[in-house]
Amino acid sequence: MSGYKGVFEQMIIVENLYFTYPNGVEALSGVNLRIEDGEFVAIMGQNGAGKTTLVKHMNGLLKPTRGRVLVDGIDTRRVSVARLARKVGLVFQNPDHQLFSETVEEEISFALRNFGYDEKTIKERVGWALNMLNLERYRKISPFMLSGGERKRVALASVLAWDPKIIILDEPTIGQDYMQKEKLRQFILQLNQQGKTIIVVTHDVEFVAECNPRIILMKQGKIIASGKAEEVLTNEDLVKEASIALPEIAKLFKCLEEYGFPRNVIDVYEAADIIYKRLRDQK
Amino acid sequence: MSVFDGFKFRSISSPIHQLDPRAKFIYVCVLFTVAVMFNNIIPLLILFLIQLPIVFMAKVQREWMRSMKGSAVFAIMIFAVNLLSLYFYAGHETFTSILERSLAMTIRFIVLVQSFSIFFLTTSPDTLGLALEQSGIPYELCFAFTTAVRFVPVLAEEAQTIIDAQKARGLEIESGNFLRRIRNYIPILIPLIVNAIRRSLELAETMESRAWGACKNRTNLYVLKIKTNDLLLILFSLLLLTVSIYVSINVYIPSLTSLLI
Repeated sequence: MSGYKGVFEQMIIVENLYFTYPNGVEALSGVNLRIEDGEFVAIMGQNGAGKTTLVKHMNGLLKPTRGRVLVDGIDTRRVSVARLARKVGLVFQNPDHQLFSETVEEEISFALRNFGYDEKTIKERVGWALNMLNLERYRKISPFMLSGGERKRVALASVLAWDPKIIILDEPTIGQDYMQKEKLRQFILQLNQQGKTIIVVTHDVEFVAECNPRIILMKQGKIIASGKAEEVLTNEDLVKEASIALPEIAKLFKCLEEYGFPRNVIDVYEAADIIYKRLRDQK
Repeated sequence: MSVFDGFKFRSISSPIHQLDPRAKFIYVCVLFTVAVMFNNIIPLLILFLIQLPIVFMAKVQREWMRSMKGSAVFAIMIFAVNLLSLYFYAGHETFTSILERSLAMTIRFIVLVQSFSIFFLTTSPDTLGLALEQSGIPYELCFAFTTAVRFVPVLAEEAQTIIDAQKARGLEIESGNFLRRIRNYIPILIPLIVNAIRRSLELAETMESRAWGACKNRTNLYVLKIKTNDLLLILFSLLLLTVSIYVSINVYIPSLTSLLI
């Protein structure tokens, strides 16, 4: 088993994964996916495409009906969620589904206690997580008193606190204003630079365009595309099929195509650069 | 799928689904009364059997089976408790009669579950609310009732999401001793209750912004009317009740073993 990691550096391997819910709905039908150690991946697609179902397989909350999922060389069917969770931190979409403690501090230490860290380490980690997400001043406040965006950050902090190798974020940008989104983006990139494997499930095409991860498009329980953001998100047919929109920059460059501009641009700075060069040349 | 699916309304078209909930309610009440009236195995067995055609007419065999399977554990428990207590405390009876009486109690329980299951499988919460309303119960109470029923599946789904979210944070629900296990449920119950309260406040605001309770006398788009089939069911229920009362007073009911031997 451990040989896998040494040879391929594959963090997550999904092989021919089928999953049917107990009510008979087939949510995943034949998903194949490899995510490397330290990679940054965004999973996108319409509602009900199976994105959340797929990531729930990555920490063992759901077990494959057929096929298999290997996380860091471990078959998810063989171990408990609690054991996988140490490696895979999954932040749920709605923070209200997990907040229950009297103070933000206790909320963040909940998982650390579950994993059996000693009090000294717990204190350190909680301090670190509060600081990271700019929640220091809420330390002694009830998480129920906070705003939606702040609750979301508490939920994120409570997962980051145990320093998992893989961090999965389900719709992290919902309910966040622009400034918070920007902070979140910086934060995710920083974590990625530290070597964390990051998986983001989202509809937010602008957010993804600015992060520039590998894109995986899903539709009806299948992966329909996987590749660089500037290639996938500028492909109008693919994007349409996955029920998402082209990023604004891509729309602009689509309009400019007939004047000889390239199609596959999604980054604002790159776009500005191209336009500036064109303007300069024309003088 | 869980046991609860054996009691959850499924919208399909069948003669039983189209019956008036009030008629079905009378039928269930009669069945309850009759089931409690008899201690003997034969009448209870008959009660069990006369409900089978209804199950098939309503096309809910699969869901009904689920409720039966779900109640099997309790049925076995009831059987065991009856058997043991009769064996130790009713010394002068023969073993076969003890066995038969324990079986009768078990079948009584199954009959009760069965009639409940049929009623809830074939009656939508909406028509049930309508029936309550037309029976003169204040609309506020009817609305509270239908809303409560309406939100049961939503709550169940939400509970599952919360369990998943806490498991993802390393919570092991099934670990530790008895007290520890109860404490394990706190991280699940608190978000569930908080969300339920939040949702009910939101619902109240939404309803009021849609002019809830604006006029005293509400009218309904659908009005329940007693039809021929409903009358037949009520008639059948009353007949069943009369016959049962007559039989229980005047007729000696033989035991199953005495018939077989």
